[in-house]
Amino acid sequence: MTQTEIFAAGGKATSIPLMGGGPEPTIFELSVSGRRSGALRNNGVPLVDAASVIDAAYLRTEPLDLPEVSERDLVAHFTRLTHRQYSVDLGAYPLGSCTMKYNPKLADTVADLPGIANTHPLAPVSAIQGWLELICTLEEYLLEITGMDAATFAPAAGAQGELTGLLIMKAYHRHRGNQKTKVLIPDSAHGTNPASVTLSGYQAVTVPSNARGLVDVAALRGLVDSEVAGIMLTNPNTVGLFEEEIAEIAAAIHDVDGLLYYDGANLNAIVGVARPGDMGFDIVHSNLHKTFATPHGGGGPGSGPVAVVERLARFLPGPYPVRGETGFDLIQPENSIGRVHSHFGNAVVFARALAFMLALGGDGLGLMSRMAVLNANYLKTLIAEHYPPAYQATCMHEFVATASNLKKAAGVRALDVAKALLDRGFHAPTVYFPLIVDEALMIEPTETESRQTLDALAAALIEIASMAESGEGAQSLHEAPQLTPASRVDEARAARHLVTTWDAKD
Amino acid sequence: MSSFVPHTEEEISSMLSFLGLQSLDDLYTSIPEALRLGRPLALPAGLSEVEVIEKMDTIASRNRPSSREMICFAGGGAYDHDLYSAPRALGGRSEFVTAYTPYQPEVAQGVLQALFEYQTMVSRLSGLPISNASLYDGASALVEAVNLAVAKTKRSRVVLSEAVNPHWRETVSTFAMGPGHDVEVAPVDASGNTVWPDDAQGVACYVVAYPNYLGLIEDIAAVKRRAVEAGALLVVAYDPVAMSLLKSPGELGADVAVAEGQSLGIPLSFGGPYLGLFSTTMELVRLLPGRLVGETVDTRGNTAYVTTLRAREQDIRREKASSNVCTNQTLMAVWAAIHLSWLGRQGFAELGRRCLSGRFYLSSLMEQRGIGEVRLGSGSVREFPVSLQRPASEVIEEMLGRGFLAGVALEGRRSIGAFEGSLLVAVTEKRTKAEMDRYVDELAEVLK
Repeated sequence: MTQTEIFAAGGKATSIPLMGGGPEPTIFELSVSGRRSGALRNNGVPLVDAASVIDAAYLRTEPLDLPEVSERDLVAHFTRLTHRQYSVDLGAYPLGSCTMKYNPKLADTVADLPGIANTHPLAPVSAIQGWLELICTLEEYLLEITGMDAATFAPAAGAQGELTGLLIMKAYHRHRGNQKTKVLIPDSAHGTNPASVTLSGYQAVTVPSNARGLVDVAALRGLVDSEVAGIMLTNPNTVGLFEEEIAEIAAAIHDVDGLLYYDGANLNAIVGVARPGDMGFDIVHSNLHKTFATPHGGGGPGSGPVAVVERLARFLPGPYPVRGETGFDLIQPENSIGRVHSHFGNAVVFARALAFMLALGGDGLGLMSRMAVLNANYLKTLIAEHYPPAYQATCMHEFVATASNLKKAAGVRALDVAKALLDRGFHAPTVYFPLIVDEALMIEPTETESRQTLDALAAALIEIASMAESGEGAQSLHEAPQLTPASRVDEARAARHLVTTWDAKD
Repeated sequence: MSSFVPHTEEEISSMLSFLGLQSLDDLYTSIPEALRLGRPLALPAGLSEVEVIEKMDTIASRNRPSSREMICFAGGGAYDHDLYSAPRALGGRSEFVTAYTPYQPEVAQGVLQALFEYQTMVSRLSGLPISNASLYDGASALVEAVNLAVAKTKRSRVVLSEAVNPHWRETVSTFAMGPGHDVEVAPVDASGNTVWPDDAQGVACYVVAYPNYLGLIEDIAAVKRRAVEAGALLVVAYDPVAMSLLKSPGELGADVAVAEGQSLGIPLSFGGPYLGLFSTTMELVRLLPGRLVGETVDTRGNTAYVTTLRAREQDIRREKASSNVCTNQTLMAVWAAIHLSWLGRQGFAELGRRCLSGRFYLSSLMEQRGIGEVRLGSGSVREFPVSLQRPASEVIEEMLGRGFLAGVALEGRRSIGAFEGSLLVAVTEKRTKAEMDRYVDELAEVLK
């Protein structure tokens, strides 16, 4: 037996960079027949034989094949996996449009409070007064921040918030007897926007951007007719610029009884500075996992509350928590679109977000956004000579730069820059988005990175650019990353030769 | 005020002067004056960490969580199972908790490999070869299953059993309003079995729960035959814990299997974050919603993992995508993989047997003591309905004062056919004989 075939579970740590950096075997390879972790409680109930209670036609004949590992093996395996994973707690994460800010630890303590962690969602209203109070309080904070009148917290993520908002839009038009067929979306929008529009039963119509990276208002006016149900906008938009003509856009849409939908992906730029409600928006979704610092969990859980103006409150999903005279209660709004979640949404995320808001308070929330914008402009300026910004204006919390010069000079692409940055200890920015910028690098440093971190990040980016510009380093950039737990991964092979479970392996 | 902004005053002014600006407000000149708030937010001043925790604790203490003083017999899609220290410690590691979606696989092998292992375990639970990297919850998984069936069959009639979780049915109806699916509910008879419509014209899918919301096992083979005859898909909403004892949905012919994964190591959490499990056949893989992790190699030839079949997803297909899912519930999927690995082959089988034994003990005791009418249909693993002489909601309210969350009331939006007003009772491995004995004594008192 060669050495690579021995899966010595507990003690061999060669998969972590600290100890060699080879691949980590799967938990299934570490499994040894007959082994197990801890014991279950003896609950004092006599054990019955399943076959004596349930018809044999329904019973499985063999136990489900789950891994058989000791607790020591289990802890070693998953701990080693964490050594192969980057995270905000390890370093900067300047992913544009993702708002990867530091997640304060005080929220972890809050999430573990017994009343937060262990309350059953179907307990009667008398047993969930704290939860209803928590949601109503969080709603009050969010409404002041967004300038809206009522909010639901049921959507589990931004994309579900979008669809919920669009269904509210649809319910409004039906209620009014409006014949609407389409929703306008800028060409710089996130992919979830057009996908959500299709799922709402409307047709997505693309609005072009102008040379300044903003919605082309003349083109927009040409697209607006009586069949327009509304428009979905991110403001600041995905190139990090504020839509200065938002009042004109709002008027054009409202003229045909259309509604303005605000995608809150970029809310982190403007908290305490400007409010979507004051800009004319009717429906606003926010991402608690971006602006309000709840952790992303490697891709979720998120939380995508949807806030609306007064005249749309009757369409909100139910059940809806309200502050009553004798206590908190749950109601069904008059013309509710119905339920959008099994229960109330990603509730523990609400508790974390409220803890964050309480900690910062009104002043702290305002400072948060100002510092996010300061950091973005500072970094943009530091690297502008090598990575020209796609648009010249003062950016908001993020900016889009282009690597097109490097591509022309040395064939080094945005992807190579991203991978080379990993070798220098930083997560990569978002690349190739928005689609309207060639070789786009979308960079969002967030407010929680220090000036020193920004200086170091800029130095790394400039070093990469200099290597490309000199031509000598181009090859090594194509070969990056080399110091990471895996070198460049063959994505095409994964799709061509589909193996998505251990059991599908040859 | 707490602040997580690291900058000193001096740094702020030097950064501003580097940008040629006088003040932080100069950063916002692109926002027209009329649209600026022009005042501080009307919110309370910030607090220190300890004050925040005390304030949140005060609010949280107004709940009645499950504990040894509030013993939980409620289920209805959320179950009070035992949780263990090792999965909890591993699941709380900040590399898992504070990572983003694995867009850069070279530095995300930890999350990607954990998801690959999760997908394997979900495929074994469901008996179907393709499982995604999670959806928001059971309800959203069912919504996506229905959308997949409509896309596959190009039909719009969706037939749901009344004994599918009523909250999920409501969620399906909400999202059906967008594309305009025609959602129809097939009623449940007094034995807890679905009565399917005779007319099979234009059915995209039949949705059956296994065991159903009442906790009862239905005849899946019968609805499979209907689906085959109608050229419709069979969607099975299963209880993952029951799969410790029962044949998998895949073995019974499901084309899509969905589940709520909360029972796999996720605290009750007032209903979220939970975990939507989604599995299907290889034939339907290109219609799969959400993220999918695949195995591949890196340039050194080492095994590596990456999100794959990305061309299905919204960021590439945009308005042509069949799902808009972006963020999912990755952290809960990782928790489930760790929890199931801790239980392991033997522990999971034992868990199922202990749930069943507890359920058998309690339902038998209630029958012996003449507590209402216990209904076990064609079989139950860990949950069953009992009709009492009084509405369940009144009994639940009185039992709260005696230290029990007695169950879920099948009333109002949760009423199901002939079971309206019944109490739905769940027994997990966490419920001891002593707790069940006391529960039945207290119920007898309340019903006296």
